[in-house]
Amino acid sequence: MSDKSGSILVALAGQPNSGKSTIFNMLTGARQHVANYPGVTVEKKTGSFCLKDDRVELVDLPGTHSLTSYTLEERIARDFLLNDKPVAVVDVLDASNLERNLYLTFQLAEMDIPLVIDLNMIDVAEKRGIKINTQKLSQELRAPVVSTVGNKGKGKKRLKEAILSTSKKGQATPFRINYGDDLEAILDSLEKRLSEETEISTRYPIRWLAVKLMENDEEAQRLVMKYSQKSEIILRLAEEKREAFTMEHKKSPQKVIAITRHQEAQRIVEASVIRKKEITRTLTDRIDQVACSRYLGPVILVATIYLIYELAIVQGYKLTEYTWPALAWSRDLIASLLPSEGFIFDPFFRSMPIWVVDGTIAVLNYVPIFLILFALIAILEDTGYMARMAFILDRIFRYFGLHGQSVLPMVIGGLYVGGCAIPGVLACRGMKDEKARLATIMIVPLMNCLAKIPFYVLLIGMFFAAYKGIAMFFITTITIIIALSVAKILNLTVLRKKLSAPFVMEMPPYHLPTTGGVLRRCLERTWLFVKKIITIVILVSVIVYVLIYFPGISKERKTHYISQLDHAQQTFFKKIGKDNLYAGLMAGDNLMEFTRYWRDYKKAKMVAKSKKAKEAIDQEFREKNFEFFKIVKRGKYEVKGEMIKDKHAKKVYNAYKKLSKNTNKLRREIKEETIITSYMGRAGLFIEPLTRWAGFNWRVNIALMSSFAAKESSVATLGSIYQSPPGEKHRLEERMKEKEKGWTSLHVLAIMLFMAMYPPCIPTLLMVKVETGSIKWMLFATFYPIVLGTIIAVLVFTGGNLLGLSGMQAMIAFYILALILLVLMGLIKREPEFT
Amino acid sequence: MTLDEIKPDQECEIVDITSEGIMGQRLLDMGFIPGTRIKVIRNAPLVDPVEFELKGYNISLRHSEAKQVEVTLL
Repeated sequence: MSDKSGSILVALAGQPNSGKSTIFNMLTGARQHVANYPGVTVEKKTGSFCLKDDRVELVDLPGTHSLTSYTLEERIARDFLLNDKPVAVVDVLDASNLERNLYLTFQLAEMDIPLVIDLNMIDVAEKRGIKINTQKLSQELRAPVVSTVGNKGKGKKRLKEAILSTSKKGQATPFRINYGDDLEAILDSLEKRLSEETEISTRYPIRWLAVKLMENDEEAQRLVMKYSQKSEIILRLAEEKREAFTMEHKKSPQKVIAITRHQEAQRIVEASVIRKKEITRTLTDRIDQVACSRYLGPVILVATIYLIYELAIVQGYKLTEYTWPALAWSRDLIASLLPSEGFIFDPFFRSMPIWVVDGTIAVLNYVPIFLILFALIAILEDTGYMARMAFILDRIFRYFGLHGQSVLPMVIGGLYVGGCAIPGVLACRGMKDEKARLATIMIVPLMNCLAKIPFYVLLIGMFFAAYKGIAMFFITTITIIIALSVAKILNLTVLRKKLSAPFVMEMPPYHLPTTGGVLRRCLERTWLFVKKIITIVILVSVIVYVLIYFPGISKERKTHYISQLDHAQQTFFKKIGKDNLYAGLMAGDNLMEFTRYWRDYKKAKMVAKSKKAKEAIDQEFREKNFEFFKIVKRGKYEVKGEMIKDKHAKKVYNAYKKLSKNTNKLRREIKEETIITSYMGRAGLFIEPLTRWAGFNWRVNIALMSSFAAKESSVATLGSIYQSPPGEKHRLEERMKEKEKGWTSLHVLAIMLFMAMYPPCIPTLLMVKVETGSIKWMLFATFYPIVLGTIIAVLVFTGGNLLGLSGMQAMIAFYILALILLVLMGLIKREPEFT
Repeated sequence: MTLDEIKPDQECEIVDITSEGIMGQRLLDMGFIPGTRIKVIRNAPLVDPVEFELKGYNISLRHSEAKQVEVTLL
């Protein structure tokens, strides 16, 4: 079926590891579009290519071994073929694994579609001494056969031509398997019965439907019920035949069908393949002998994980030092376009957009890390090492209802110090075991993401200064211990009814990934992320802004602050005196203009590091306003090569410095008062009676609540709440200690643990929504950590207080408790396996 | 005997698949059909899962899953 635009719809099918995506890239080049299949989280890639006057729209189906209705991917591929009715299907086969790959080909042919057979990776097959007679194969399968080397772009033109001529012919591949006389007789009678039903027989290929009914396929049964008037009769007939067949042959039709397909594949391979030499030990075998060995295997695995961490998190973080200036520059650019600031009150349309921009660039700052992480994930997938990681670790993770594949998302999320939950959740994609996948998605945010680290460092510096190393080790490892227990608890409760999948995992031969393929995937995923995240972050930061800055301080207080400002300004003018040469320059609106000039100058000077840069800034500001420049230079400036000492300017400088200090103090007081009286502040006060059990006062409550938009802001909010008195430049830790005299290390431990269990940030939640495809799971991911964090904080704080423990003692006690829980959780029996 | 009892480097032949449903279908789809020769390559470092070779490719199963494949030792 051609769509409206006149292009031809073609699907790309194939088993996993057949190099299907390299073929997709080879055919479509840069013209690709990634989305999800409707209602599910499986990626749907579409692309297009032109040949002469025709345009082909190519849809990449999920890689599947078979086309049953047992797994999501298989259902999606099948539904696409049945409902979207592509004009042709390109079946990509791994030429060195022809026999197994043909198993899918037969099922595709059964669906009444014109097929093009693509023998991919023909170079690898030839190297392994496998020679395929394509003509013979084409005769056997009654479909055109093209050999290709996808990652090298070989066979591109011939494949395109074959696709075009096959779709133009529009003739379904007539190849059919003979399932043996007894089964064929049953299929015949079923087909006859089905063809009497017009609706179902026009919608679906009846031979396929008959085979599926004999396989006891639930989806096929559903189709019959939906589209046939006499569904009951047909389904009963199918069931009777199935049972009778099983009785007679001591084997279910399902089994016989699978066996026949494999036998047929074997026959065709024997007829069309010449094996020159027996496969000796391949390179993959030799690598695996080390990479999966008892002692070296785990060592290599840990080294790989460490390398990922080092490259993405450590080096990626260093990269942000180079990208940050660009982000800061764009922030300043936006700021310069907004209404100007006031002495002490900034207009709403300045402070709100700046708040939003700050929140957005805080997330965008991590893009270099994402790029590296996504590239590394692509490399792990393409090389085939990902399967080995799962192979080595499955045993440990299975104790907690997870899967060997859970390790990578956890590492990316911050298994040790610093990670990011956003790509972590994304990395859960492709885990076949739905139960383990959901559990992994739920626990990844409990890992230590980069944004939590400054908060830990701050608090550890405050109260565990003597045991910094131990405290850091505690907080980074306790999260894994808790996360594993949580996974098991989820597995036994909310995830109880979710489908688990057999482990059955192919160990593909190692492959060298191509640069193009890796780059493409990493850019694609990063772009997808950036696009999605930005809109949501903007929306949420507006909401948080309103909660933190509204309703704002009262009119009386406002007048109070304005009169204080007036007072400070009067003092300023008194100080410089009427006869000062610059008195006129500073009068009226000019004072605000000078204030802006002063702030800009100070900021520019602070950023500039080299002497040369500082000189350039001087030059720039001198040109901007020479009179103002004289003042900011304290009356020392050059005129025509001569240094001038201007006493009047110096006097204004001194007086203004005092004024500036006073206005800054007022600004800070206003900000503090605004936050305290805001909706968020009131909520913080309101829940204080409850949070006191966890040792949190309202100030901590505000800081914790405001972190919800992005954890990066936690330290910044604390900074605004615990202002340092003007003139004194105390570090935040010291200021907090000063204001919270009653705090013990137990308070701090409780806060830290709450932060460790903190709900995911908005972008992560969005990713959870995308990957689980459900708002319910997103809400669950938001609220369970709050409950868990509160329980833990109360346990540690109140429990520790009752027992009279110090922070350090409570830390050790809690660690031991968590370890005991972990062991107990591991010992709880798993539900019975697939029997 | 069942496939989970076979030691690394031993070879055997599949007699039957004893499970139905998703597990049975998965095994059948992956080529675990009667008459197929199968070789145990290695156990994972923590013994489970275990890697096999059949029909020229490698696949890993948990022992609990391999238990559902009936085999005879060659």
